[in-house]
Amino acid sequence: MKILVLIGNVPDTTTKIKFNSEKTALDASGVQWIINPWDELALTRAMELKENSAGAIEMVVVATVGRQETEATLRKALAIGADKAIRIDTEPKDGFYVASQLAPVAGGYDLIFAGIEASDYNGAAVGGMLAELLGIHSISSVSGLQLEGGQITINREIDGGSQTVKMTTPLMAIVQKGIAKEPRIPAMRGIMMARSKPLEVIPAIEVDVLTSFESFSLPPAKAACKKVPEDQAKTLIYMLRDEAKVL
Amino acid sequence: MSVLVYTENWDGKFKKISFELASYAVALAEQMKVPAVALSLGKVDETELKKLGNYGIESIMSDTNENYIGLDNQAIAKAVAIAAEKAGANVILIAHSNLGKAIAPRLSIKLKAGLVTAIHGLPLSLQPFTVLKNVFTNKAVGKVLVHAEKKVLTLAANSFGSQENIVTTIINHFDAGLSNTDFATKIEQTNKVTGKVLLSDADIVVSGGRGMKGPENWAPLEELAELLGAGTACSRPVSDEGWRPHSEHVGQTGKMIAPNLYFAFGISGAIQHLGGVSSSKVIVAVNKDPEAPIFEAADYGIVGDVFKVIPQFIEAVKEIKS
Repeated sequence: MKILVLIGNVPDTTTKIKFNSEKTALDASGVQWIINPWDELALTRAMELKENSAGAIEMVVVATVGRQETEATLRKALAIGADKAIRIDTEPKDGFYVASQLAPVAGGYDLIFAGIEASDYNGAAVGGMLAELLGIHSISSVSGLQLEGGQITINREIDGGSQTVKMTTPLMAIVQKGIAKEPRIPAMRGIMMARSKPLEVIPAIEVDVLTSFESFSLPPAKAACKKVPEDQAKTLIYMLRDEAKVL
Repeated sequence: MSVLVYTENWDGKFKKISFELASYAVALAEQMKVPAVALSLGKVDETELKKLGNYGIESIMSDTNENYIGLDNQAIAKAVAIAAEKAGANVILIAHSNLGKAIAPRLSIKLKAGLVTAIHGLPLSLQPFTVLKNVFTNKAVGKVLVHAEKKVLTLAANSFGSQENIVTTIINHFDAGLSNTDFATKIEQTNKVTGKVLLSDADIVVSGGRGMKGPENWAPLEELAELLGAGTACSRPVSDEGWRPHSEHVGQTGKMIAPNLYFAFGISGAIQHLGGVSSSKVIVAVNKDPEAPIFEAADYGIVGDVFKVIPQFIEAVKEIKS
C-alpha cells in the first residue's frame, strides 16, 4: 500500500502580510516558509498509519508544486518521515493549475491526503480537483482516519455534527484539524536521514489557469477599542444594544 | 444562461446559509440579467421547498433521491453538474460549508469552470468576471478574475445576509439519474449536535481562551451563550488541552467564523486566532492583560477578570430581555 501526501509551502502563520508596490503579489522578503499546517497534520497521520501497519504500508510519498526554494519544506517532510519527495518545477498558480500538475504523478496510490485548504490563498480546491481528475472518491472535513485491511474508517465533520463513515481505496482524504493530535517535529536522526532520501524534480506540463489574482489589499484599520471599566461591565451590554445594535 | 444555486438541507430542512445563498443568487442573476434557479437534493417536502420563494427564488429543481443523505462528495458533485447542464447555468453558487467545500472543486473540473471559494459581495465586474475573497486567512483581500466561461463560486457564510423577497415559486421535479453505485460513502454513525446553536449558523458566538483557567469554569460562559442564543467557541490552546472539543476551535487552523457579535473571554488574540474571527462584525474582548493583542482587533473591551465580568454580562442580558 502506498500513501501520497500533498504538501503546500506557505508563509509562517505569524507572518505580517505585505504586498509588492503594485499590490499584485506577496512581498516575500523576510517571510519564513512552512509546511501548510493541515498538510503537516496529514503527514503526521500518514506516518502513524505506516508505523502501525506492520509493513502493509510500504511507502509515504510527499509531493508539491513549486520552485527550488520549496525544497526546504520538502526536506522537512522527509525529516518527519516521508520516504520520498516529488517536486513539480513550476510556480503554483491557481488550484486548477496545481491539481493538473499533480495528476500525472498522483496515480497508483491507495490513499492520498490533502489539507482542507492552504493558509496562503485559502483556495480549498486542490484535493477535490485532483480526486476528480483521477476519477477517485474523495471525502472532506476528515478529522480522523483508521485503516483496517482495505477498509478505511473515517470521522468527518458535517454541518451540524460529525459522522463515522466507511470508504474503500483508492481514496482522497481531505483533512482538517483533529486528523493528528500534534504535528510531528523532525528529530535529529530524521534530519540526517532526510539528506539521503530521494527528491525527484519533474518538469511542469502546460496548463492554462482558470482564475488569477488581479490585486490584493489589506483590510482597513479598525477604530480604537472602546474600553469599559471592569466594575461597569453591564454598560457594555447596553452599548452593544443601543450603539452597535447587535443585541 | 442562468445562475444555479445549490441549496443544502439537513433532516429535510434548509440550512440557514441556503437562504443567504438564495438571496445572493437572486441579486447576482439580476446583475447578469438571467434567471436564478435553485437546486435541492434529498428529501425536502414542498412546504419547505417553497420557503425559497421568500428569498426571491421563482424556480426550483428538486431531486428527492434518499441516497443524498450520505453526503457522498462525488455523487453530489455529479448531480449538481447534471443539473447545471440542464439549467444551462454559467454560474453555480455553493455555500462555503463543509459540504460545499467538498463538492465545489469536483464540480469545477466536471464543468471546466473557474472556481473561486469563500467569496464575499457581488462581482465587481461581469466582464471580466471579478470577485473578492479573503486571503492569508483574513489578513488580506484578493481581487480574483475568472477566465473560464463557467464559474463555480462558494459564498462565505454571513457575508451577504438573507434578504426577504416574496415571489411565487414553481417546483420542477428533477432526476439526476444517479444509481446506488454512485454513492460510495457508507454511514456508520451520525452524531448530531442537539440543543446547541451551530457555530456556522450562529449570529453571536461566545468564546473562551486559556484565561478561563480550566474546563470546569465554562458554566458561566455557557449560561451567557444560552441567554444570547449564541454558539460557543474556544481558542486553539483550549482545544489542544482537551478542555473543549476541536469542533469549537476558531482560528486559522480551526474554523473561520463571521458572526455579528463575537465575545472573546480570556483570549490574548494571537494572530492565528484573529485570522479566524476578524470577519466578525463586532468583537468584544475581556482580558486581564491590557497589552493583549485582542484589544487591537476588538470594538469593545474590558481590561479585567473574566470571572467578574461574565456574571455582570449575564445580569445585563437578563435585564435587556425582561
